[in-house]
Amino acid sequence: MEQFRGFRDRELAELLTKRIRELEPPDPVKICHVCGTHEWTITHNGLRHLLPENVNLIAGPGCPVCIVPAREIDEAIWLSLNGTTVVTFGDMYRAPGSEISLEDAKSQGGEVKVVYSVRDAVEMAAREPSHEFVFFAIGFETTTPMNAVEAERCPDNFSFLVSHRLIPPALDALAEMDDLNLDGFIAPGHVSTVIGMKPYQKYPEMGMPTVIAGFEPLDVLMGVYMILKQIEDGEPRLENEYSRAVTFEGNVKAQEAVARVFDTVDGAWRGLGSIPASALKLKEEFSAHDARLRYEIDVGPGRDVYPGCSCPQVILGKISPDECPLFIKECTPEKPKGACMVSREGTCSIWAIEALL
Amino acid sequence: MCLAVPGKVLEKEGTLAKVDFGHGTVREVDISLVDVAVGQHVLVHTGYAIQIMDEEEARASLDLWKDILERLEGE
Repeated sequence: MEQFRGFRDRELAELLTKRIRELEPPDPVKICHVCGTHEWTITHNGLRHLLPENVNLIAGPGCPVCIVPAREIDEAIWLSLNGTTVVTFGDMYRAPGSEISLEDAKSQGGEVKVVYSVRDAVEMAAREPSHEFVFFAIGFETTTPMNAVEAERCPDNFSFLVSHRLIPPALDALAEMDDLNLDGFIAPGHVSTVIGMKPYQKYPEMGMPTVIAGFEPLDVLMGVYMILKQIEDGEPRLENEYSRAVTFEGNVKAQEAVARVFDTVDGAWRGLGSIPASALKLKEEFSAHDARLRYEIDVGPGRDVYPGCSCPQVILGKISPDECPLFIKECTPEKPKGACMVSREGTCSIWAIEALL
Repeated sequence: MCLAVPGKVLEKEGTLAKVDFGHGTVREVDISLVDVAVGQHVLVHTGYAIQIMDEEEARASLDLWKDILERLEGE
């Protein structure tokens, strides 16, 4: 779309980089984003190399595939091997459960289909009413509204294995971690198109500069610039860099659909443990479409972390992928050991494919 | 996962719309979540429009940045 190409303008990027360098803070600064697409933009375009040395841009838990607990993948695998067809996105298909992935389950006779959209899954179910379909519903706030829409109109032979997670509770957890010492948040642009700006208002009050940013190279650089400016001014604020898509209220229609269909519950994040009020569950009136209630799924507690894998530290931005002993040795995009290497949004995968190390 | 792509709404029928993503790519998109008019741009995630894109705002914010960043020259 030509109208939006300006956000890749080289000349403006050079000017912006110059301004960012002028804002070089006296002490090291750590800025955290929580979005796989941000990490892709940063790494693919080499943006870290443009920043002053003491500005550290780190990736938080922004990959919705990486943070789904192994146990929930095991549930999907169990369903695929016990008479239902499990439908999900490509990244989820390859993510390791405790022992195997859905891809492996398929090679063992499991029924698994990969789709681009939940709509494709619903259409499959509509075409085959005598067979049961389960959509493995993962994703953050960007991906929940369409599942709410379909839950309200899907056929009887369709249910959801819900593994949605919410971003603000994860930011709360990051902000409270003493050993992370974050100096600012770049909030995820597309999550924010849905939830708006309100859920972030508390972070500046906690002393954390927060900027909602888009996904072109200039968007991310501008986000960094705005945070450094706030730090220089000593005035944490909530700012919206992605004003062409994010409004203060967000998408109210989408928020209402989610509120009609889902309740908020505590949720486990792979390798990170439980985060209060960070997950969604179908409301009681939709229990016929809740795969966990519809089927007697029989799985163990699950093993989140492959021995030696550093995904939990990478997900929290405590270490970078190249600090993991398995990175591009035992664990590669072709033969991933940890979830962060599987998903195209995973920090390890992005670094393995895109980064100049 | 949270990848979303802007496109222009060409026509609407009920909860579906034909959306032009440029370079000859036109796809059917569900517009249940937005109140969009033909000719407007939408941000599309996994086949659903999640928000209306503001072209005017895009232009204005680029101009504003350019202006601010240039003004700072020599300060």
